[in-house]
Amino acid sequence: MNSETKLILTTDGIPLEISLKKAERRNKIKAFLLVAPLLLFIIITYVFPIGNMLLRSVDDKMVTEMLPKTFKSMEKWDGQALPSEEVFESFYLDFRKLVDEKREGKLSTQLNYTKNGFKSIIKKLRRKSKSFEEGNYKEQIMAVHKRWADVEYWKAIKRRAPAYTTQKYLKGMDMFQNEEGKIVSVGEDRRIHRVLWLRTLEIAFFVTLFCFLMAYPIAHLLATLPMKYSNLLMICVLLPFWTSLLVRTASWMILLQQQGVVNDFFVWTGLVSDDNRPEMMYNKTGSYVAMTQILLPFMVLPLYSVMKTISPSLMRAGKSLGGTPFIAFWKVYFPLTIPGIGAGCLLVFILAIGYYITPALVGGASGTLISNQIAFHMKSTLDWSFASAMGLMLLSGVLAIYWIYNKIVGIDNIKLG
Amino acid sequence: MAINKEFVKFDKVDKSYDGKILVVKDLQLDIAEGEFVTMLGPSGSGKTTCLMMLAGFETPTHGEIYLDGKAISSIPPHKRGIGMVFQNYALFPHMTVYENLAFPLRVRKIPKDEADKKIDKALSMVSLQGFAQRMPGQLSGGQQQRVAVARSLVFDPQLVLMDEPLGALDKNLRESMQYEIKHIHESIGVTVVYVTHDQSEALTMSNRIAVFNDGKVQQLSSPDDLYEKPVNSFVAEFIGENNTFAGEVSEISEGKCKVKLSNAEILAKPIVVKNKGERTTVSLRPERALINPSDKMDNIYKGKIEEIIYHGDHTRVRINLLDNPEFILKVPNSSPNLDLKLGNEIDIGWNSDDARALDPK
Repeated sequence: MNSETKLILTTDGIPLEISLKKAERRNKIKAFLLVAPLLLFIIITYVFPIGNMLLRSVDDKMVTEMLPKTFKSMEKWDGQALPSEEVFESFYLDFRKLVDEKREGKLSTQLNYTKNGFKSIIKKLRRKSKSFEEGNYKEQIMAVHKRWADVEYWKAIKRRAPAYTTQKYLKGMDMFQNEEGKIVSVGEDRRIHRVLWLRTLEIAFFVTLFCFLMAYPIAHLLATLPMKYSNLLMICVLLPFWTSLLVRTASWMILLQQQGVVNDFFVWTGLVSDDNRPEMMYNKTGSYVAMTQILLPFMVLPLYSVMKTISPSLMRAGKSLGGTPFIAFWKVYFPLTIPGIGAGCLLVFILAIGYYITPALVGGASGTLISNQIAFHMKSTLDWSFASAMGLMLLSGVLAIYWIYNKIVGIDNIKLG
Repeated sequence: MAINKEFVKFDKVDKSYDGKILVVKDLQLDIAEGEFVTMLGPSGSGKTTCLMMLAGFETPTHGEIYLDGKAISSIPPHKRGIGMVFQNYALFPHMTVYENLAFPLRVRKIPKDEADKKIDKALSMVSLQGFAQRMPGQLSGGQQQRVAVARSLVFDPQLVLMDEPLGALDKNLRESMQYEIKHIHESIGVTVVYVTHDQSEALTMSNRIAVFNDGKVQQLSSPDDLYEKPVNSFVAEFIGENNTFAGEVSEISEGKCKVKLSNAEILAKPIVVKNKGERTTVSLRPERALINPSDKMDNIYKGKIEEIIYHGDHTRVRINLLDNPEFILKVPNSSPNLDLKLGNEIDIGWNSDDARALDPK
């Protein structure tokens, strides 16, 4: 481009660029108004809840708000020896207020999360504190229980001072911050989450692999069959889509359970003996089978849409040029389907990694995924912040996979239709 | 070395896709080595099916195809060693031009330096040197076509098949590509079987043309014979323009016959007709009929001008002649000013040798 290009004016003397912008402004506003409802919908139903989840997962304001004076006076405490009388006094004042508002139970629960043993000593403190005299609270509180004289418990209280915490994330990785403030793993017998994460990745990976292996020939057939048959096949692929997820999962339960149809058939053919029926349900196998079947269409459709665009003459060209059918497939057809493979695998993997209902129903103990653990904390323990933290870890994992995929294959290469 | 007259041989080949209709019927066709043969015909006439059988993508339902004396029906396409240019080029879109050309050489395990030489040669043959590293998507339609031609020739096949390769190009490019392919054929002497539905393409390029219709070869001859001496009404209609008169043979002798039309009798050359009383269609090329003929011509009739269309180099005149309102004349614009006005009655004359009495339609 010539940098000395003269500023072009329209006939009325306004620079062309400005004129153009003016002319396009109306269209831009129109376009924005058209997407506005969707934008609003996404903000309300997606951005806001996820932001809220993020806040909740690191939020630790509860204790901070319950013991404001204590934490203020603790600022001067070195955290080594027992805190001074001032700290004890402010703690007593905070505590009295909580007792008056009948909220000391919550405090004991929260502090018990940080260190075991708080529950009983807080209960005792509540009883005894009614008869406390004014002044010298340190002596009086320490006299309630010997643990109140233990510096470790005061350190535990201090650890709850910040309004934000990463401890839920650490817990999700089976780690915690110990008394010295170091991040360490929990004892081996208590590491449940790492196993779940690994299992989630493993199941998602294999489900994606199985889906790919099964969907590729189906999609190829769909793309090459004459219309008459391909429509029928397409209906067969989509038919499960029209059935409720629960129905499909339940039918797998009927088929695969130990007294189920498949096992009965095995016994009938003599493949296995009646008292030695294989367990294909309520374990990993159940999750694999049911999830692969349910997620299969998500692999078939992107593959199909890409294969449909590949001209059959390309394979013919490959063969006529001397390539064996395998070489023609591998060098010509397969590389052209990679965008579809990428799209399908990414879609299935991301769906599988957060799958919930199916593994909950057919997974048993060894086939559940991290999402089931999240649901457990949402519904049973009501530890929403922990559930949020794990949800976000899952989300960032998915984003990381997306990022890696973009680096290796390139997201522009994806083709969904 | 004697040229193999039966380099490609279709021997009584039938082909049916559904078991009900024969798309190719009892095909008998010999193609000599080094020849450029075009299969010409309307769509659905079976010409592409023949090509696909030759390439190995379809199998004959009956009969056998021979290539250089060997029956090839049981040989898979990749072992036939036949180059092929497809209708939509079928270049591999994910490979560069170089890789496209290298594909047939690689699968033949030809060493790289030798392959590079062949690729250079093939690219220079279609004047595309310097394009080796481009992707097919970055080339124009004509360039893609050249790459496809180069790719079909790069592994030195004895036979190259072309399936309407110029169909997607615009008119000017198509014409120049026709000459280019013709010249390539002449310079390397490869046998070419070319399929098209464009008669001018066929006339321009071929040594011989096989006109297909209804699964059968209607006529197999050189372009000039095909145009000047069609053996039946279909060929006469299909190739070039054609004026026809339907009638009945009233008199027949050696090399001449009289055909009785509804209101006149004309002289014609009997081609298909043998006996008196047979129905016939007389075919006459527009340029063989003259206005106000000065020579002695054995057919001269009066007709009324119905329409005049100016065509640049010539003028088309539609005349109602002997109850045929569709009689077309081509008058070169260099010819002396004739009195061409709508409604004028003029004399039209032609030689009976140019009017061929063919089968009735």
